[in-house]
Amino acid sequence: MSFINYSSREINCKIVYYGPGLCGKTTNLQFIYRRTNPEQKGKLISLATETERTLFFDFLPLALGEIKGFRVRFHLYTVPGQVFYAASRKLILKGVDGVVFVADSQLERMDANMESIDDLKINLGEQGYELDKLPFIIQYNKRDLANIIPLEELNREINPNGVTWYEAVATKGPGVFETLKGVAKMVLMELKKNY
Amino acid sequence: MPDFDLIMYESEFRRIEEELKKLHQQSNSKLVFLVDKNGQLIASAGDSSDMDTTSLASLTAGNIAATGGIARLLGEKEFSLIFHEGERDNIHISLIGQRVILVVIFDNRSSIGLVRLRVKKASEGLLRIFDEINRKSEEKKQAKTFDDSPFAEITDEDIDNLFR
Repeated sequence: MSFINYSSREINCKIVYYGPGLCGKTTNLQFIYRRTNPEQKGKLISLATETERTLFFDFLPLALGEIKGFRVRFHLYTVPGQVFYAASRKLILKGVDGVVFVADSQLERMDANMESIDDLKINLGEQGYELDKLPFIIQYNKRDLANIIPLEELNREINPNGVTWYEAVATKGPGVFETLKGVAKMVLMELKKNY
Repeated sequence: MPDFDLIMYESEFRRIEEELKKLHQQSNSKLVFLVDKNGQLIASAGDSSDMDTTSLASLTAGNIAATGGIARLLGEKEFSLIFHEGERDNIHISLIGQRVILVVIFDNRSSIGLVRLRVKKASEGLLRIFDEINRKSEEKKQAKTFDDSPFAEITDEDIDNLFR
């Protein structure tokens, strides 16, 4: 649910990074934070446990620039990936404009990926959204590791509808901005459709 | 979609600012701000120069969302008010019409009683304005008459430029 302010000429959109525990959602935001100019970003807020696991959410506001005289702001959120934080995860999806599903490419995390994407569909459904109708892209993360699943298999299992996907190594950066740009484009194009 | 996008026009925005300014003065508070339930700052009154209002907005919305989750577990529809007391500053957070969050930060120059009283009054005014905003954007959406829409002519190149 975007917020378009004609008075201050601003457009605000909410993008949520979803995925199983330890797939790299927070790492995506941390990389974006490190590589964005100071004047384009706010504080990166992480509500995390003492062991740096996301407890509620991470939040990064970005003001990337202007489109047709309107300042475009993206608010990036992550959800807590661990299974038992289901109630919190649901809350973060409220008012979402676009979703990035960060999948863990490692062989042993395939079940966790599948469980998480089912959880995403259920939680969106409870908020009245349908994943198929929302700007949605997939990021296959950790492509630099040795024990990874081939892309064809990942796409077959996680991405039967063939949505846009990117390969990424969030710790080092490849694919991180491509993913953000991909989802941002879809969100803005969705707004274009409606207004 | 479960919610409508929130579209704010000049006239309603001015009225909201007026309402917040009045509340800021009458409650003798430090800062008053209004946040969308999704964490986006709508407007504020008072001195926010040394405050990170964007982060405050997002965390306040998270706070309200978590409290709402607790309420539902207890069989309540919503807890409409949260109050945090600090050594120096206090924060009064209330939900207006299930849609927006009104936040008042105050110190010992005011009191919780005064803030509650003034917030109640301001909420009524704000509720009326938001009803109007909803009606207006619904009408425009039906009639597809968004004047001066920034999206009409948006191109791939515009979006690429954001990421340069």
